[in-house]
Amino acid sequence: MSTSGERLLEIRKLAKMYGSGAKVTHAIADVSFTVDDREFVCVVGPSGCGKTTLLKCVGGLLRPTRGDVLLRGRRVTAPPEEMALVFQEYGRSLMPWSSVRNNVVLPLRHKNLGRKQRNALVEEALDAVGLTPFIDHYPWQLSGGMQQRVAIARALAYQPSILLMDEPFASVDAQTRGDLEDLILRVREEFAITILFVTHDIDESVYLSDRVVVLTHGPTEVKAIIDVDLPFPRDQIATKELPEFAHLRGHVYGLIKRELVESGEELAATMTTATKGDRP
Amino acid sequence: MSGRAYRSAAIAAEIAVPLAILAAWQVWTVHANDPLFPRLSTILVQFREMWLFSQFELHVVPSLTRVGAGFAIAVVLGILLGVPLGLSRWGRLLAMPHVEWWRAMPPPALLPISVALLHSIGNRQKISFIAFFCLFPILLNTIDGVRGIDPTFTETARSYGVRRLERIGRIVLPAALPQIFAGMRTSLSLAVIMMVLTEYFSSTSGVGYVLLISKNTFQLAPMWAAIVLIGVLGYGLNLLLILLERRVLSWHRGWRAAEAQ
Repeated sequence: MSTSGERLLEIRKLAKMYGSGAKVTHAIADVSFTVDDREFVCVVGPSGCGKTTLLKCVGGLLRPTRGDVLLRGRRVTAPPEEMALVFQEYGRSLMPWSSVRNNVVLPLRHKNLGRKQRNALVEEALDAVGLTPFIDHYPWQLSGGMQQRVAIARALAYQPSILLMDEPFASVDAQTRGDLEDLILRVREEFAITILFVTHDIDESVYLSDRVVVLTHGPTEVKAIIDVDLPFPRDQIATKELPEFAHLRGHVYGLIKRELVESGEELAATMTTATKGDRP
Repeated sequence: MSGRAYRSAAIAAEIAVPLAILAAWQVWTVHANDPLFPRLSTILVQFREMWLFSQFELHVVPSLTRVGAGFAIAVVLGILLGVPLGLSRWGRLLAMPHVEWWRAMPPPALLPISVALLHSIGNRQKISFIAFFCLFPILLNTIDGVRGIDPTFTETARSYGVRRLERIGRIVLPAALPQIFAGMRTSLSLAVIMMVLTEYFSSTSGVGYVLLISKNTFQLAPMWAAIVLIGVLGYGLNLLLILLERRVLSWHRGWRAAEAQ
């Protein structure tokens, strides 16, 4: 998969703190990386390292404490029209009171489109995820994997240039997960979009992406950025049997494991000091 | 038991039990022969004479108008006030003490002042009174419903640039609707109580007025007929609301069933 090489997204020295004074929590300490046009970038890190916070900052839903998010060189301060966000909890981001069609059409209502054009976009997006027969169903009448496909269709119909995905396949079973991974790779080609994909699954990050950004344990920093030179189209069996895949997977795994050990040691160290301090 | 057979049995039981109670009432009143408790047959004859339909227009229509108008105003006001209060912490901080104060007020305490304030013992006073006390359950449930919305819904809409008013119309209101309906059910029974209360206190028409006049003139059969009618009205109105709720919130039952799996 070739990218145009043009820089689409830049995250510059981003930091996010919650609270203030003595109660301040450093969720993200210092994160910088870039995403090129049509690139697929995965962000992996140990659980609880502020991946969701990072994605919400990128998407303009949260304001970073320090640093910037630049989309085509312009600072993101509110959710930009060029971005669409897919959450992990499909059950809570799809509206149970609306049909699949009305869920997908929601973000299009305030765009200046004719009814015909709007319906065409909705139908095209649902067709791309293979849900055309379910257009008049309610989301809760569908399986988890299908619901997540509705959420993806909604994002596609919005015609974003970049798709932000927050652990989108974390709550479906392994088989469905593989199908959804291939779906998102296919859709990425078909719609020529850029994807920033957050996951805690190392295999998934290597399988999907052009580059993997590995984060440290919180307060979060970038531990490493790894190029993934696996050939496209990717295949659940063939790609995962490649020695390069095993090598990359092992490399990322090693980085995260070392990260966990280090932060574990740090934690152990603080605990010993704390107990020592408590002694009379 | 099949679903269909179960349903028929349930409906039969729902009808059979009240019939048995009525039969017992008839047997007991015939046996007791107490003028305070006329026979069921006497009450029913009286009921037919009065309400089907010679005095229907004179007394039932005004009562129903008052209940309907008061309740409708309460629904509109409750939602109009409840949504912004549910969305705004500051709004709640300022408004809640007042809401709690008026909500705690027993309605009869305000009856005399309502007549004086509104210079009326007609529809204006009655509808306002009903609307005022029906407002609180709807208002409080709307506030709670709006506050309880899963933030993922609103964040999704926000990330897609859905504007505030549209977010309220397409996300906030539908999400809060199940709870708003719960408030409406409470309010509707309150509306019937307030209707009888206001008509009983001061009126020239209405079911509550008939109740008062027949009591004062020791006409016990008409009094009982009025009591039966009030019961029938309350039951029927509630049934209508439940049917409406089933229609409007059919998604909610399906969703909850799916979530429970």
